[in-house]
Amino acid sequence: MSAEIIYEDSFPVEGGSFTNAGHVSSRIKTILKSLGVGNDTVRRASIVTYESEINIVSYARKGTIKIAVTSDSVEIDAVDEGPGIADIEQAMQEGFSTAPPIVREMGFGAGMGLSNMKKYSDVFEINSEVGVGTHVTMKIVSL
Amino acid sequence: MTLSEIKEILDAEVLVGNDQMNKEVKTAFSADLMSDVLAFAKPGSLLLTGLTNPQVVRTSDILDIAAIIVVRGKIPPQETIRLAEELKIPILTTRYILFETSGRLHARGIVGCIEKVGGDKINVGRNNL
Repeated sequence: MSAEIIYEDSFPVEGGSFTNAGHVSSRIKTILKSLGVGNDTVRRASIVTYESEINIVSYARKGTIKIAVTSDSVEIDAVDEGPGIADIEQAMQEGFSTAPPIVREMGFGAGMGLSNMKKYSDVFEINSEVGVGTHVTMKIVSL
Repeated sequence: MTLSEIKEILDAEVLVGNDQMNKEVKTAFSADLMSDVLAFAKPGSLLLTGLTNPQVVRTSDILDIAAIIVVRGKIPPQETIRLAEELKIPILTTRYILFETSGRLHARGIVGCIEKVGGDKINVGRNNL
């Protein structure tokens, strides 16, 4: 049985909106703090949300980041409408990237995003369909 | 060490956060790759970087970075400055290169927020400084 959800919301993310990239993550971080979620959980949730947001902005037409908070966890769903990932195993490898120069100029696109998202999550699931989009689910369990 | 002392050591100019110069820092992380900053930097550390786009400020906000030190004499664009003002994250700029900036601070007692990757040692700074 899972714990009762105390807060949930979803936030649209626009593809290609590089200047604003990260504003959804900043907002989610503020919300988690105001809910009294522990510092370590806020930090990990914020990092995976930010990497997800950067990915949607960098690769997809548009997407949505959903969060669901319970008394002992934060679950983040990043769903996008985009090109999808043909070879997930390859995409998960540190250093593998298909990022265009504009993404690299921002300090991203070095093939660290998905592995960072996995590193900071307790549960990490990724599903993708080429030509449709990608769905990443991450759960962070509070200590 | 306070941001004010860091400003003196680096002969730096304060671009954002003149009212936060009493803030204390003990650790730092230097990188131009924001994904590496997200992977390794710790809360309350300085971020030393040559990047100047708004994502440097977003990354710092997500990680609770104490202040951003922009190296190699770069001046961030207005959108970066505005975001840092909004999120209340100090930005200093120094003409020293990243190696010199890191070295000068380390020599005065600022240590890396971690010593090396893969290890468990997380630095919290020296107590006597």
